[in-house]
Amino acid sequence: MALTNADVARLADLARIEVTNDELTVLAGQLDVILDAVAAVSQVASADVAPTSHALALTNVFRDDVVEPSLTPREALAMAPAVEDERFRVPRILEEEA
Amino acid sequence: MTDLTRSSAAQLAQWIATGQVSSVEVVQAHFDRIAQVDQAIHAFLSLDYDRAMATAARVDAKRATGEVLGPLAGVPVAVKDAFTYEGLPTTCGSKMLEGWMPPYTSTVVRRLIDADMVILGKTNMDEFAMGSSTENSYFGPTHNPWALDRIPGGSGGGSSAALAAFEAPLTIGSDTGGSIRQPAAVTGTVGVKPTYGGCSRYGLVATASSLDQPGPCARTVMDAAMLHEVICGYDPRDSTSVNAPVPPVVAGARRADITGMRVGVVKELGGPGYAPAVERRFAQAVDVLTGLGADVVEVSCPHFQYALPAYYLIMPSEVSSNLARFDAMRYGLRVGDDGKNSAEQVMRLSRGSGFGAEVKRRIILGTYALSSGYYDAYYGSAQKVRTLITEDFTAGFESVDVMISPSTPTTAFRLGERVDDPMAMYQADLATIPSNLAGNTAASFPIGLSDEDGLPVGLQVMAPPMCDDRLYQVGAAFEAAMEGSWGGPLLNQIKETAR
Repeated sequence: MALTNADVARLADLARIEVTNDELTVLAGQLDVILDAVAAVSQVASADVAPTSHALALTNVFRDDVVEPSLTPREALAMAPAVEDERFRVPRILEEEA
Repeated sequence: MTDLTRSSAAQLAQWIATGQVSSVEVVQAHFDRIAQVDQAIHAFLSLDYDRAMATAARVDAKRATGEVLGPLAGVPVAVKDAFTYEGLPTTCGSKMLEGWMPPYTSTVVRRLIDADMVILGKTNMDEFAMGSSTENSYFGPTHNPWALDRIPGGSGGGSSAALAAFEAPLTIGSDTGGSIRQPAAVTGTVGVKPTYGGCSRYGLVATASSLDQPGPCARTVMDAAMLHEVICGYDPRDSTSVNAPVPPVVAGARRADITGMRVGVVKELGGPGYAPAVERRFAQAVDVLTGLGADVVEVSCPHFQYALPAYYLIMPSEVSSNLARFDAMRYGLRVGDDGKNSAEQVMRLSRGSGFGAEVKRRIILGTYALSSGYYDAYYGSAQKVRTLITEDFTAGFESVDVMISPSTPTTAFRLGERVDDPMAMYQADLATIPSNLAGNTAASFPIGLSDEDGLPVGLQVMAPPMCDDRLYQVGAAFEAAMEGSWGGPLLNQIKETAR
């Protein structure tokens, strides 16, 4: 199946990545080739095979609930793009009202 | 005087421990070497001269007071730029993390420090460990010391090139689909992927969490084993850490005897796609192993042909999830914050500007594989293939102690040769990927040069989970057998590197 530029634009949108039209065209072609190659997995993935999500069969690994030193606000904020009043300053999260 | 940068880590450690040379001298010699050659190689993204010299001086002072030091005390090491270390940037080769100073130190680096080792700096890598050539580094590629127009492998090409150019005797890598073993193979060095869970991922920036595994890189098998014992072992800070003793890898390297060992040549890791010169060199290595008393047979792993397709669904899927953390809010690059753009717009612009082409490609591929309507056909099927590959390994290890193959299908290709052809680049990991999917341990050891282009060829050895010592046993036996005919380590045959 062939991915259109619009398909790739929708995926990039889901992934929150701004891409140019030129990037879309290149990506659509490359993703087609890759998807063709990886589709081979369906040849052997029959219903009776159990999926593996992880090499280790570990579930719910717990440790004791012990208080340990953690980052100070100053350390946590040291690499923030923008800071205000000891907090991360972020752009507005709501769309502007019409 | 002996060139300290040409010595093995084990030799340096012994000289430092007996006071024949100081750690300060050893570390200074490596910084001098870096100053001399790294402009041409570009193995390093950052250097930590002042702190390294201070650490070296402290080790020398401790030794002078008679304190008993660890087996690699005072020996320099360089770390792939995917591991956090307070005081140096951790960039992952990405514009997204350019200049990012981590507020904490990874467990691997913590253990190097606790072992009194001296960290020289951080090494170059493909962006967020995605690539097989280091050409995806935002900071420019690393060059292969054997031939400067060739790739040093990837993603850990900085770590492999630093060894081959004698800029560091030991380096740290991380292996998601071959990022330790493939660079080792194409630079004539040793690289080991421990059993998944054998080495803590705490502080290793996540690429694909179910596959990522830190490991040692070195020029000799014993050096790799000694580093392996320093960095591996249970860590409560990694929920996938195996709570079991570290396999006796130094003892394995010391034993260096494979008489009667059952070795399986994997039928499916050869043939079409593998360069004839690589296969010829591999066949000679098989003869050497037979000559050393190994019982070599052929084993079949019929599902390995589906490993690459499964990997390029599972790996991008995990990447699309893991790299969602780079949202321009708390750290990393922020673009377009003009007071008008919303958080979501800023996120989009920052990720569009901060990620390179390969990272975008994999995030979008993973987003597709996980999207509603395609999940079962792609990600779900790939997870089933993962089961089948693990079963192939389990069945194979019933009849053999280790499996072997060429580490890579070709020798180092030219810089630029595959950058526009993602599938061609992905083929570089054809032989290494199965062990990441199954989680068993695997290594690459140098076995000589190609009779076609004179570049190094690697032997991949794979062993069952927590049997990492077997890799070292095979590698050390082979190394001991070959050093006579090579006239010393294979790396002594390097011609190109600026001396």
